[in-house]
Amino acid sequence: MARTAVLGRLNWQLGNVAELVQETPRVASLVFDVPAWPGHLAGQHVDVRLTADDGYQAERSYSIASAPEDPRLAITVERLDDGEVSPYLVGEVRKGDKIELRGPIGGYFVWRGGDDRPLLLVAGGSGIVPLMAMIRHRTAGKSTTATKLLYSSRSEDDIIYKAELDALAAVGDGLTVAHCLTRTQPPGWRGYARRIDRAMLEEVAWPKAQNPIIFVCGPTPMVEAVAGHLVDMGFDAASIKTERFGPTGG
Amino acid sequence: MSFISRGFRGKRRDTASSSRVPPGQYVVNDFPVLSAGPTPRVALSEWTFVVEGEIDEPKKWTWEEFRKLPAEEVTKDIHCVTKWTKLDTAWKGVSVDTILEGVETAAEFVMAFSYGGYTTNLPLEDVTGGKAWVAYEFDGQPLHPQHGGPARLLVPHLYFWKSAKWVRGLRLLKEDQPGFWESNGYNMYGDPWREQRYWGD
Repeated sequence: MARTAVLGRLNWQLGNVAELVQETPRVASLVFDVPAWPGHLAGQHVDVRLTADDGYQAERSYSIASAPEDPRLAITVERLDDGEVSPYLVGEVRKGDKIELRGPIGGYFVWRGGDDRPLLLVAGGSGIVPLMAMIRHRTAGKSTTATKLLYSSRSEDDIIYKAELDALAAVGDGLTVAHCLTRTQPPGWRGYARRIDRAMLEEVAWPKAQNPIIFVCGPTPMVEAVAGHLVDMGFDAASIKTERFGPTGG
Repeated sequence: MSFISRGFRGKRRDTASSSRVPPGQYVVNDFPVLSAGPTPRVALSEWTFVVEGEIDEPKKWTWEEFRKLPAEEVTKDIHCVTKWTKLDTAWKGVSVDTILEGVETAAEFVMAFSYGGYTTNLPLEDVTGGKAWVAYEFDGQPLHPQHGGPARLLVPHLYFWKSAKWVRGLRLLKEDQPGFWESNGYNMYGDPWREQRYWGD
């Protein structure tokens, strides 16, 4: 089992890049073997540190994409063309490279599983990553926690983990996935074709009486809007956990 | 010596500002938003600020009263534990020295507490002596709710999670207690220059 708390110092350690998965044209997953990984909870992140040959360093935090049960640690990174770290991780890194990692980090935006409350997950773009760790944890733990994912992407090609989500939703064990595409939709698209709004949340969300645990992750304007609508709809603010990323990052 | 990342060059910053950027941080020009839940909605007519705990007579201000306290304009660099640093941010607010004027206390720590339930702990000496403010303007404008308005604590020499958004009071404490992020893996003190991000740093 994953440890819930790491009391000592989190030390930098080397992860070996075991696999690279191109998820969309701009997004890739890096799958690491990390020999002394202490375990993590679904929703936590990890720090990455890169060092140039003259000693110059850059650090960034990335959400962990893999389930706690997975023997390998995965992050999923969106390449930002003007970024510093993401163009290296998505483009430069090859299988067999080593990357310095430190984690796991964060003890609030986490889902441990094992309770009866249904889950409502709302993602925008690469905000899906920590929520995917929760979905994978749910599957790996054979949980049947009733779970709804509402996932907003720009176009069909930008949907991260699309095949895996389709397959998991087809199992019929209580996971449903609703997509919305905000910019372009393929012919015959049957999902939503606009930004997430209150009407959409009212169609997708669990009734208030079921007291869902809610996780929202995406760009700041989307998270602000979604969390605001959910409060307006009467959900308990303390049950709405948010994580935001802005245009910066890199 | 750290492991060298094959082929990594990075984007070098100019040397003039690099002495102002703590280890592991990078400079941003925008103002990212981070918070753990929905942005609380606080009507100014309902807003109050209190000082309580180890104090004989708790203090309390309404918004109108608080805005009559002498204010200061300060320009500071801020450092978020998620790695971004923003240089030369311009704030207006009331020094915590002004808020605590005349207070006699045996406390050595404070817990800042906020609308929405957020808390963060600080040593008293880190919020006094011209080191901390309760700020209500950013860049000459009322502080936007997503950045902590109506008012947020501003403690620029520590990681920015210590600068509690939507702050509504300070609790004076004899002993240190962890606040919200300090209970969730983050450092009790949070000095960016010593890279005290997490437990054990």
